[in-house]
Amino acid sequence: MKAILALEDGTQFIGQSIGATGTCIGEVVFDTGMTGYLEILTDPSFAGQIITMTYPLIGNYGINTEDQESTKPYARGFIVRELCDEPSNFRSQETLNNYLKRHNIIGIQGIDTRALTRILRNKGTMNGVISTDPDFKLEDWIDKLKNYRIINPVEEVTTKEVKHIEGTGRRIALLDYGIKTNIIRCLIKRNCDIYVFPAQASAEEILAVEPDGIMLSNGPGDPKDCTYQIEVLRKLLGKKPMFGICLGHQLTALANGGDTGKLKYGHRGGNHPVKDLANGRTYITSQNHGYVVLAEKLDSRKAVVSHININDDTVEGIRYLDTPTFTVQFHPEASPGPRDTEYIFDRFMALIDSYKKQEDQICQKEMM
Amino acid sequence: MPKRNDVKRVLVIGSGPIIIGQAAEFDYAGTQACQALKEEGIETILVNSNPATIMTDSEIADKVYIEPLNVETLKKIIKKEKPDSILPTLGGQTGLNLATELAESGFLQQEGVKLLGTSVEAIRMAEDRQLFKDTMESIGEPCIPSEVVNSIEDALAFANEIGYPVVVRPAFTLGGTGGGIAYNEEQLKEIGSNGLRLSRVHQVLIERCVAGWKEIEYEVMRDSKGNVITVCSMENIDPVGVHTGDSIVVAPTQTLGDKEYQMLRSAALNIITALGIEGGCNCQFALHPDSFEYAVIEVNPRVSRSSALASKATGYPIARVATKIAVGYGLDEIKNAVTGKTYACFEPVIDYCVVKIPKWPFDKFVYAKRTLGTQMKATGEVMAIGNSFEAALMKALRSLELGIKTLETPLCKDLDDGTLRESLYVVDDNRLLVIAEAIRRGIALEDINNITKIDMWFLHKIKKIVDMEEKLKTLTKESLNKDILLKAKKMGFLDEVIAKYTNSTKKEIKELRNKWGIRPAYKMVDTCAAEFEAQTPYYYSTYDEYSESVPTKNKKVIVLGSGPIRIGQGIEFDYCSVHSVWGLKEEGYEAIIINNNPETVSTDFDTSDRLYFEPLTPEDVEEIIELEKPDGVIAQFGGQTAIKLTNPLAEAGVRIFGTEAKYVDAAEDREKFDAILEELNIPRPKGATVRSLEEAISAANSLGYPVLVRPSYVLGGKGMEIAYNDNDIREYMEIIYREEQEHPVLIDKYMMGKELEVDAVCDGENILIPGIMEHLERAGVHSGDSISIYPPQDLSFNAKEKIIEYTEKLAKALHIIGIVNIQYVLFNNELYVIEVNPRSSRTVPYISKVTGIPLIKMATRIMMGKKLTDFPYGTGLYRERDFVAVKVPVFSFEKLHDVDTGLGPEMKSTGEVLGIAGNFYEAVLKGIVASGFVFPEPGSGILFTVRDTDKPEILDLADGFERLGYTLYATGKTALYLNQHAIATNSVKKLNEGSPNIIELMEQGKIKMIINTPTKGRDARRDGFRIRRKAVERSVPCLTSIDTAYAVLHCLQIGKRPEDFDIIDISEIKTTGDINEK
Repeated sequence: MKAILALEDGTQFIGQSIGATGTCIGEVVFDTGMTGYLEILTDPSFAGQIITMTYPLIGNYGINTEDQESTKPYARGFIVRELCDEPSNFRSQETLNNYLKRHNIIGIQGIDTRALTRILRNKGTMNGVISTDPDFKLEDWIDKLKNYRIINPVEEVTTKEVKHIEGTGRRIALLDYGIKTNIIRCLIKRNCDIYVFPAQASAEEILAVEPDGIMLSNGPGDPKDCTYQIEVLRKLLGKKPMFGICLGHQLTALANGGDTGKLKYGHRGGNHPVKDLANGRTYITSQNHGYVVLAEKLDSRKAVVSHININDDTVEGIRYLDTPTFTVQFHPEASPGPRDTEYIFDRFMALIDSYKKQEDQICQKEMM
Repeated sequence: MPKRNDVKRVLVIGSGPIIIGQAAEFDYAGTQACQALKEEGIETILVNSNPATIMTDSEIADKVYIEPLNVETLKKIIKKEKPDSILPTLGGQTGLNLATELAESGFLQQEGVKLLGTSVEAIRMAEDRQLFKDTMESIGEPCIPSEVVNSIEDALAFANEIGYPVVVRPAFTLGGTGGGIAYNEEQLKEIGSNGLRLSRVHQVLIERCVAGWKEIEYEVMRDSKGNVITVCSMENIDPVGVHTGDSIVVAPTQTLGDKEYQMLRSAALNIITALGIEGGCNCQFALHPDSFEYAVIEVNPRVSRSSALASKATGYPIARVATKIAVGYGLDEIKNAVTGKTYACFEPVIDYCVVKIPKWPFDKFVYAKRTLGTQMKATGEVMAIGNSFEAALMKALRSLELGIKTLETPLCKDLDDGTLRESLYVVDDNRLLVIAEAIRRGIALEDINNITKIDMWFLHKIKKIVDMEEKLKTLTKESLNKDILLKAKKMGFLDEVIAKYTNSTKKEIKELRNKWGIRPAYKMVDTCAAEFEAQTPYYYSTYDEYSESVPTKNKKVIVLGSGPIRIGQGIEFDYCSVHSVWGLKEEGYEAIIINNNPETVSTDFDTSDRLYFEPLTPEDVEEIIELEKPDGVIAQFGGQTAIKLTNPLAEAGVRIFGTEAKYVDAAEDREKFDAILEELNIPRPKGATVRSLEEAISAANSLGYPVLVRPSYVLGGKGMEIAYNDNDIREYMEIIYREEQEHPVLIDKYMMGKELEVDAVCDGENILIPGIMEHLERAGVHSGDSISIYPPQDLSFNAKEKIIEYTEKLAKALHIIGIVNIQYVLFNNELYVIEVNPRSSRTVPYISKVTGIPLIKMATRIMMGKKLTDFPYGTGLYRERDFVAVKVPVFSFEKLHDVDTGLGPEMKSTGEVLGIAGNFYEAVLKGIVASGFVFPEPGSGILFTVRDTDKPEILDLADGFERLGYTLYATGKTALYLNQHAIATNSVKKLNEGSPNIIELMEQGKIKMIINTPTKGRDARRDGFRIRRKAVERSVPCLTSIDTAYAVLHCLQIGKRPEDFDIIDISEIKTTGDINEK
């Protein structure tokens, strides 16, 4: 079946339908990962977006439930050059096409994804529509397209209730803004006792579980929309060691009086070089973000930039001076992408331990 | 970390002659390294024995030594040039071994020379099997159960422990030389003892056979700060069991999920970190197809063939970055030259699919064993880029120039079902085509997967191509619709193939395409999947709507490249293509290259102004021409590959610069050429054209034996033989007619005279001959396999005058504009023309370097309108230099089983080296040493076994060796003959005469050199053939030409060793004065 992709600048691509039929609107972004389409599709940070894969052959190794980053795909639509109908991998359970259909994701294949990527690179991320409707006309949709905005996506993707994943180690309050499961796996690997909180949880609820540390997850959308969460963070700052990833990183900056802006076309892929300014080493990281913390708006008495992206010098990590808090823009939990920065989780564990030691010392002093 | 300030003068070691397992990729790496050093203001001293390389150009390095690659020579160069550092990791295994030896001997420390990049310790850790295994164990990376053994007894014991089959891998050898899979004790004895002997350290590894697992490679880089990145992942379509150099390889990996991909990527980065590599490194893994189990197969701590492929596949210049790392930079400080904005510290992502197919020499060596295993056999490779796997595969397939343009071949079609199924078990060069045929016959993909272990993903893709072939067969040009045509084009089908299937013509298909607007678009290779804007115009074709290649309005010329490295068409032609690009730039033209060989300098992203990485077929080339609209095309420098395109392009109305197509044809067409010779009154050996065996026999008898038999229009003397009697004619004609012959077979009187060769530049009015080259061996040995001497040592004034006269006449008669190569034979004081090649030849780099005349640049500029008188080199024969340069061929016989090593009119060498010295014998000695020839020690045995006709000629030879203290052995009649002439010779038995026979003596190590003139033929059952093969296996030099043997004798007689000779910096040879300076 024929499918059409139209962008708000009027560009149209004609291809074949994959996944579900119908019409969907979303913000069209591209991801340069050559593997990991399943992890990408199920990353809640993509809520409201239509994903273009720059690698042309997608679906080669099929779908397996183990590698999902959440229970279902959150992307609005999916664009590939060539979808593989005969996947080959020992873990493959079904084809990507089936999976998309099952989850009602509308997609298109057979278009010049490189040409599309170049448009997005030159003009910036923009809204688009995929339709399998034979009578589809862009003029009918253009106003809708132009007005489309991803609204309150965090609410849509966050957990509905508090979940407790028991562990023998440090207790972590994990704020789910649209969490990728691998963050949880990374904490489980470190024996953490995890409480996963909905994004709407209050500071009191969170502190009530007496966590050793607070972790802020990734998530979709414009960080400035998350006014409630920013408020909660302001209350939590300094109470416990805190570590944020992606949206969690951006919200922490906003809670500390910083500012965020939107990148022209974002960082999405598994090849982004990030320099850790503390040791001068550069690591290849997995990234998925359209917004970024603005370095110039940080209060230098409160926060220092700890990591930068060496491609465009944007902020990739912040260490706070007045509270035991640090955050990163990239994804140390990987999945998909390189696992080179998983050590950041250990750094968080170390921060928790040193904070605890300090606290114990203070307690002891007070008792004496 | 900024640049080190203690690096000012760097010695770069090249990899020597092209042999199987070590090809043009190291010229590419070395050239990039020198350029990267130059950018830093560092002086470079280059040493390589291979003259046919760009790296040995004075434009590339400051000091150039074309000298034997051995420790003695390097020590001399180091003492003379006093470099402060050596860059060892870019010259392949040869360069690495030499640098390691120099370091281990303490010489470098003594001279205060540092090794840049990866340390000796790291190299040892990667290359010594046991150390490597221990290191892997310490970081928890699994290795295949294996043990290093030093004796065959230990090998057998360990094999019994782990069970057969086992893989044998000798330590420190190239391309897996001497390795193999042993399925039982007997095989292990044979392969194991061979491997032990070939290993420099007398070590082999015996390991569990993981044949059938996925073979995955990662190219990784690390800097001295510890930053690590992956440049490219690659998946071998042929699972573990076939050497990666002989595997069809796809990039990136296709069948790995993110979990497997990241697991192996992390492993590769852990390994490079544990080894402490500073530069590039290749990690090979075996991955179980049905689990996450994997094992490290091998790590190459240097730039390799795979890294050349990874560089071309991604656009990431590994050699350049490795060099910058070696001089102290961090990956985060090196700019990404492709984007010009980002840094080298990132991982390239690609948005296309790359397929590499090896180029094997089996079309030339018809008797060679074609099966593929752990020992590499390919001489070169092609790469193709497409945005589907199918397109990349189809493009790569036709780039091989085997006449295979689809997956359907007559060879496989003729097999009956049973044989076909059996053939699936055979792992050889035809496997892909056999699989396609099996799919066509309806054999289930699962069955094929069970037998071949090739992943289902690839089989499904092959099936898609086969299905398209079958679909097209059901159509005609009328029923062919736009959708199917577009689909076929997207899959990489050529118009001519679609035409063949639809019973139409190529022209009709093209018209349909034009009507429906189905035209190729060109996409850019940019390292980043379009995420950033790229600066480098490096393109591949797709059938998309949006093309990124925007032609300029500048004056421009397309240079056609020479495709894959093969016997008869080697790196020399890439040298020529690159020089032509330089010449065009000097003339103010934009130079565009089309080529498909990933190992070469010509396909480096910054060699030309624009690079099209495409097959060299008329259609692929025409499409680029239609887009670029160049002023014209240069076809003289890309060997037969480019010359073959002259006619179709000329017919399509493309301007061919230089010699016109009709004159190219006149030089190749026997009748037209004979007419020209007649008119010019230039003699050539008498000959005839025949179309049947009967005609051949009668022609041979009327010409008188011996005669030369060959098909028309061939490269490197393919299928050419000397016949001494009717039986020979019968045998050779049968072989020639195994392939359909469009043109008649040529029978020529064979003249056993002195062969002479010239390359000349002509502008239509004058000619310039830089020098005459004389072949040491008499005619009958292919010019590419002969030792070639400049200037000629023994040529009369008259003969030289004749050569100049004939060359001038021929050049004018053929209206040569640019370059021409002419071969002569001097027989009974009469000069005959053997052949005229209206193109560059393999001697061009050599003669250019030793005379200091930039032949190709001149030829190119003359094509663009310059005259010879615009250059400072004069006309006629250029003055002779006061030194002697000797080109010596190098063979790869150890890699090719069942190939006769006897030299004849069919070319067999894969590469060449040069010896330069003040006099003839020293130059020959240097050349022979550089070629890897091991002179026997006095006192050791030399075996003579020659044809009756040659016996009188060996008297002085045998006498000479005896006087030098060698023990002579000879077979019956030869021994008798020598003893009769008072030369003491031990008689030895032939193979069927009982014990002890020749082979047994060889096995006992009593014979250290053999002089054997083959009776005839390539029949594997003959004694001579078996002796020659045994010599290869035992690494005993075997000379099959009396002339070569005399040269070796003379070398020994002068009583010098290579270390006694002066070394010569050939950059000083460069004649002063260029056109711009005049």
